[in-house]
Amino acid sequence: MSLADPIDLPPEEPRWRVFWRRYRRNKAAVLGLVLLGCVVLLAAVAGLYEPVDPLRRAGPPLTWPFQTWDTPLGTDQLGRDILAGILHGARISLLIGVVATVISIAIGVVIGALAGYFGGWVDDVLMRVTEAFQTVPSFVLLLALVAILGSSIENIVLAIGIVSWTAPARLSRAEFMSLRRREFVEAVRNLGVGHTAIIFREILPNALPPIVIYASVIMALAILLESALAFLGLGDPNYASWGNMIGQGRAVLRTAWFVSAIPGFAIVLTVLSFSLLGEGLNEVLNPRQKKT
Amino acid sequence: MAYLIYALRRALQAVPVILMIMVGAFLLLKLAPGDTVDALVGDMGGADAQFIARLRAEYGLDQPVWVQLWRYLAKMAQFDFGWSYVYEQPVATVLLDRLGTTLMLMCASLFFAFTIGILLGAIAARRAYSATDNVISTLGLIFYATPSFFLSLMMIVIFSVKLGWLPVGGIRTIAAFHTGWDHVLDVARHLVMPTAALSLIYLAFYLRLMRASVLEVAELDYVRTARAKGAGETRLMVHHIMRNALLPVVTLLGLQFSTLLGGSVVVETIFSLPGLGQLAYQSVIQRDMNTLMGIIFLSSVVVIVVNFLTDLLYARLDSRIELA
Repeated sequence: MSLADPIDLPPEEPRWRVFWRRYRRNKAAVLGLVLLGCVVLLAAVAGLYEPVDPLRRAGPPLTWPFQTWDTPLGTDQLGRDILAGILHGARISLLIGVVATVISIAIGVVIGALAGYFGGWVDDVLMRVTEAFQTVPSFVLLLALVAILGSSIENIVLAIGIVSWTAPARLSRAEFMSLRRREFVEAVRNLGVGHTAIIFREILPNALPPIVIYASVIMALAILLESALAFLGLGDPNYASWGNMIGQGRAVLRTAWFVSAIPGFAIVLTVLSFSLLGEGLNEVLNPRQKKT
Repeated sequence: MAYLIYALRRALQAVPVILMIMVGAFLLLKLAPGDTVDALVGDMGGADAQFIARLRAEYGLDQPVWVQLWRYLAKMAQFDFGWSYVYEQPVATVLLDRLGTTLMLMCASLFFAFTIGILLGAIAARRAYSATDNVISTLGLIFYATPSFFLSLMMIVIFSVKLGWLPVGGIRTIAAFHTGWDHVLDVARHLVMPTAALSLIYLAFYLRLMRASVLEVAELDYVRTARAKGAGETRLMVHHIMRNALLPVVTLLGLQFSTLLGGSVVVETIFSLPGLGQLAYQSVIQRDMNTLMGIIFLSSVVVIVVNFLTDLLYARLDSRIELA
């Protein structure tokens, strides 16, 4: 660009750059991105710091943080390294967050798209189903699903997806309802394109932005749901999970509160990063809502 | 009259939802490994195949699924959720025993979250983009991101272990046998931490929504008119802005009730409060599926009732809504 002739009009900025310039204006959103980067970094170095097993005994039980270099953040009552748990727990949290969000959005988009696109009785039926799912307290339903399916990590992710699709379904229904009568949809319909192609190839790309923004909220909720399950001892015992660490720390809360506190802060920061990110994205993609 | 018809119509809309939840509960029961007879036989320490077959016939488990479903729905509609093999009581009795505690916790949490949330939200909006607003908004974000179980544990460390101010759990001091106001005070002391733990996240929701809502309403023409006519800032806030700014917050109040009930599982378990949430957790651990389905159904009914009441409240608050 530095070589451009000064007489020429400046070349159009690439989209991602415009995007970034708008995003950067919100300091809190940038902080969210930095925090998220930290969590991803934690997950990335987990294998370097503790390549064998984060659940193995690493030192004397209940060592306080900042005492020795072997276990910088201390150990729990079984002598497990808390830092190793935090690093590997970041992997699990992110993994569960991402996969559960994909499942929940996939279910939500399909149901919302069918309801919004076809309307009529399809809409009525699907919306009643959505209402039923919204009425049942999601955490209680999650408990029931995990009790029935079993608490392996795959089932937990699936169950979290099943209890959290209602909001994306409502969002995509609203988007599809407003888009289905637009000219471009009528145009392809007149060309003889089938319903499936119209829904997924024509309308969906246009309906996606608000759903993508909402994904960060679901991600935060999924991480909270998983940690609450693990806290109650209903998570997958084969993986280090922040919620599980807090739950185990509860037994030694009186004397060694750091065992629960450290993973707790990890959850707070991760969820905070997702909600800040969501707000930032919202401002970039819906600039008209920005200020009143 | 229009109000009554509106109420009736809203109530009728809940019927298919309740039906669907009942069918869902039945399907979950069918999906779960083992049935009533397995539980019974397990309890007895085994039985021969003929006896088991006879038991199945007696409980109607040999019938086609459709017949079973119909019977289940008919029983549910009469609030008969079956027998709990853990508590050796009808599930309905176990549930009703515990409903009071949970409703008390819900009401206290919602009241706390709602009043403090709208107050802080209104203050933040009146001083938008000032230091006060920044502090309140940051607090809101942190409350929003803090899981209730983590908050509970940290409060226990501070207020019970270090300071010794509040009891760690339970609903009353067991050996004290308080009566009258002493009893009320005792229960209230036990509810302080659970209420705080459960309500902070919702407080954050209401705060953020109220702030945005007040900012929006304050720009409207009628507020400018009121100001031009010489209404003071306080009067403007209380009489003109608050009333309309509250509308979206009231809607959220109803919508969030179901997540609030879900959140009580964790909080009641930590503070060993004998409510529905703790019961849900115990039923999962003890595989008491009848009780678990009873909880799902009963809590859904509570959610529907609360949503119905907020709808009515909303219609009262907002005279622009057409009731017909």
